[in-house]
Amino acid sequence: MSDLFTYGDAGWGDEILRGLAVTVQLALSTLPLGLLIGFVIAFAAMSHRPALRFVGFGYTTLMRGLPEILTLFVVYNGVGLLLNSALRRISPEAAPVDFSPFAAGVIALGMVFGAFAAEVIRGAFNALDRGQVEAGLAVGMRKSQIFWRIKLPQVWRFALPGLGNLWINMLKDTALVSIIALDDLMRATKVAVGVTKQPFTFYLVACLIYWALCLVSEFILARMERRANRGVRRAGA
Amino acid sequence: MNPFEIFAEYWPRLLDGTLMTIKLTGLGALIAALVSPWLALWRVHGSTLSQLPLRLYISFIRGTPILAQLFLVFYGSGQFRPLLTEWGLWNFFRDPFNCALLVFAVNSTAYQTEILRGGIQGVASGEIEAAKAVGMGRLLTLRRVVFPHAYRIAWPAIGNEVILLMKASALASVVTVFDLMGRTRQIFSRTFDFSVYLWAAVIYLCITAAFVLLWRLAERRLSRHVPIHTTGAKP
Repeated sequence: MSDLFTYGDAGWGDEILRGLAVTVQLALSTLPLGLLIGFVIAFAAMSHRPALRFVGFGYTTLMRGLPEILTLFVVYNGVGLLLNSALRRISPEAAPVDFSPFAAGVIALGMVFGAFAAEVIRGAFNALDRGQVEAGLAVGMRKSQIFWRIKLPQVWRFALPGLGNLWINMLKDTALVSIIALDDLMRATKVAVGVTKQPFTFYLVACLIYWALCLVSEFILARMERRANRGVRRAGA
Repeated sequence: MNPFEIFAEYWPRLLDGTLMTIKLTGLGALIAALVSPWLALWRVHGSTLSQLPLRLYISFIRGTPILAQLFLVFYGSGQFRPLLTEWGLWNFFRDPFNCALLVFAVNSTAYQTEILRGGIQGVASGEIEAAKAVGMGRLLTLRRVVFPHAYRIAWPAIGNEVILLMKASALASVVTVFDLMGRTRQIFSRTFDFSVYLWAAVIYLCITAAFVLLWRLAERRLSRHVPIHTTGAKP
């Protein structure tokens, strides 16, 4: 059985590793977009303007209430249709283009990640000690200095556990892109199953790989949390 | 076609899919709710060594995509077809609905167990000591003191888990269960009309909203003895 997973033409090891690389690439590309959306939406939800607050809360409520796979299909099919109708308007004879599944995956997963991240970031800002901001004002810091030197380092500390959970959820959600034909780990597994007729073996291996990814992530996140909290004094102990 | 024409033509299918989504989610959550209290007790009181299989199970479920779990059960069972036929289980695994329900129940059980464990550990030790002091046995204490408190603590988190399960149930469409997502994809593949996705989104949001409302009502009933306006501060 082990020769099923060898590297090269005989086994499926290289195909599955290539799929794994796509999965990791997809997750790593989604992270910055998701964080950006998260910060923008969090600031909108904390804004003094009611219209912006409405947009912020509306976005988080909507995106957190929809199944991820529905969001993915809306982005994949919707943006695809939009692109093609725009293209037809420019040149009616042009052949229809396919919207890249990778881009659709990054956008859809980033939108979902952003909605959940916005709530985590908002909670982190709310957890800040008001006295510290006042202390900053008292020693004559400017608003931007207070933001960069007092607020942001602590928001990072408060938000890290929540964002870590979201990262792991997103890593698992990347499996959905296999449905829109992106050659990630899940789809490479499916191809291997189609040829070898050993579905249980291959899907179990895929599960174990995802599990390992999550355990490694948890390990790294725990270290990052320890580092982020290195200046914090704990009572007792 | 405009969005309302799509809805007028296809609403029976969407309704059918909605009922299937509710059925999958409701049954999955219910099975999990029946199993998780026992596992949660095991998580709280079992020895470290005896907990090992339970911890592995929960870690595996939390560390793998539901889609992969669904494929593992639905397609994976095919690898053991002769064995399953012999045991009379093949008819069960051949049906995508059964596989989806099994995966969702097993999945939700893992999450609900962890949530309930937190609830049980959150019960004030004074309450349990008081129960002992008035002569309650272990079972009676569990039934009358520990679980009522644990569920009150865990209730909002269990509600969140059911909503997550409802969203995850959309994955059943990938193994050809005609839930709301499945019907939506079917209608889209026929009409190529994008608005059907928007209707699906509206229906999913309505299900969530209705559920949140029901769950809050139930929460208020669970906490009906707690005076209002004293959230957090116990007298």
